[in-house]
Amino acid sequence: MSTSTGGTPTIPRHMQRDRFAPVAETQAARDEPGFPTIRTAFGTPARLVTRYADVREVLGDAERFSNAVVPPMPLPDGESDADRRAGQLLLQDPPEHTRLRRLLTGEFTVRRIRRLEPRIAEIVDDHLDAMAAAGPPADLVSAFALPVPSLVICELLGVPYADRDEFQGRAARQLDVSRPLEERGRLAMEGRAYMGDLVDRARIEPGDDMLGMLVREHGDDLTRNELIGVASLLLIAGHETTANMLGLGTLALLRAPDQLALVRDRPDAVAPAIEELLRFLSVVHSGIPRTVRHDTTVGETPVSAGDLLVLSLPAANRDPATVDHPDDLDVTRAIAPHVAFSHGVHHCLGAPLARAEMAVAFPALFWRFPTLALGTPYEEIEFRSATVVHGLRALPVTW
Amino acid sequence: MKIEANRDICIGAGNCVLAAEDVFDQDDEALVVVLSDQPSDDQTTEVRNAVAQCPSGALSLVEG
Ligand code: HEM
Ligand code: SF4
Repeated sequence: MSTSTGGTPTIPRHMQRDRFAPVAETQAARDEPGFPTIRTAFGTPARLVTRYADVREVLGDAERFSNAVVPPMPLPDGESDADRRAGQLLLQDPPEHTRLRRLLTGEFTVRRIRRLEPRIAEIVDDHLDAMAAAGPPADLVSAFALPVPSLVICELLGVPYADRDEFQGRAARQLDVSRPLEERGRLAMEGRAYMGDLVDRARIEPGDDMLGMLVREHGDDLTRNELIGVASLLLIAGHETTANMLGLGTLALLRAPDQLALVRDRPDAVAPAIEELLRFLSVVHSGIPRTVRHDTTVGETPVSAGDLLVLSLPAANRDPATVDHPDDLDVTRAIAPHVAFSHGVHHCLGAPLARAEMAVAFPALFWRFPTLALGTPYEEIEFRSATVVHGLRALPVTW
Repeated sequence: MKIEANRDICIGAGNCVLAAEDVFDQDDEALVVVLSDQPSDDQTTEVRNAVAQCPSGALSLVEG
């Protein structure tokens, strides 16, 4: 169990991994009755939910389990809880959540995302060209996995890509729970100030991008703070997650060359392979912790009003009750149900975009570099711990 | 087998479209549109997957 001292929390148990997998203690919790008590990154006690059916039950019921009631956390000077929450879909319950989400869903339909595919393919190719010109070797994270989704979300939202070092660095530090809370709060506030400038510019001269659309079509329904919150969430959620799927996914496939070859050579193998990678990697350790509204039971376990439930998405996605040989990566399996994108009303808004990016990026990478191989021994590859999204610090490759 | 879709609780995630493209679509607000509510026999598996993967519980099947 982790404890919090001097404002610098240690890594909470639900974020601890043994490379790709949740740590053994978390995996074992699936077989024990009840929900063990852990501590969140804020040091508050919470109960850890690990079984697939239980996790799905909680995610699927926004009436019994709330995202909006969260434990108080220290806020930097000049910041109010209302500022922090405005536009943050993940910190709201229906009906407020529904209102905000409906303003955005039209931008993320499967059809709308299909129209972006040619541009995604260009962005992917440009980065592969640059990698080929500069290497071998290369760091796949900084040369490919991070810049591709960053550029895609920048263009979609209307954020200048020239600012990437600034916002990527800020997002990475903000999601790092080993940093003091005050620092993370301050980073979030800086991020909002940055986005505030972009929102003000879009209000004067709305472009063809999503910020422009929000200002033009919903300028009267959304406050400035809500616009900032929505756009900040899209910017962070839009690059950190897919980037880590691409980095970790490449590493996992390099360790399973037959499966890599299928993804490269068989177009019809790609979609099921992506679902399997989503399940196997489960890059988001847990969503927002849910607060129990009234005494109730989850599966067979009683929970009390006010309990905080932390949902382990990787543990749920490796539950032998729903998938055979859950700890094996097998891109040929019949698509297994998973909660890597969550479930219920907060199910990932960007899922169609993330799927499209991966469907373009993985085959293109393996096609361009048929001899792609690890540049250092597997044992030396550094997994990134303590961040809200699991990933790699770097992925040295050669070809 | 008949498909029922509740557009009031649909959250527009599009999982149904990806699972069974010939059966489901989304309107401009991303809400589900059922293209054919009596799927053919060879669409049954796809449709069951779509219902299982719908995150909001908006889809249901009435057997018969
Ligand atoms: C493979 C990549 C991705 C994964 C694994 C992922 C995962 C998730 C998960 C687990 C949640 C829900 C958390 C909870 O229930 O507490 C979520 C929500 C969300 N995601 Fe993603 N995501 C990915 C990519 C994206 C992209 C590319 C975007 C944006 C363009 C995005 C935007 C969002 C937004 C806005 C929400 C909040 C939805 C709501 O509360 O209604 N995500 N994502
Ligand atoms: S999968 Fe469910 S929530 Fe998503 S669009 Fe289809 S019906 Fe709506």
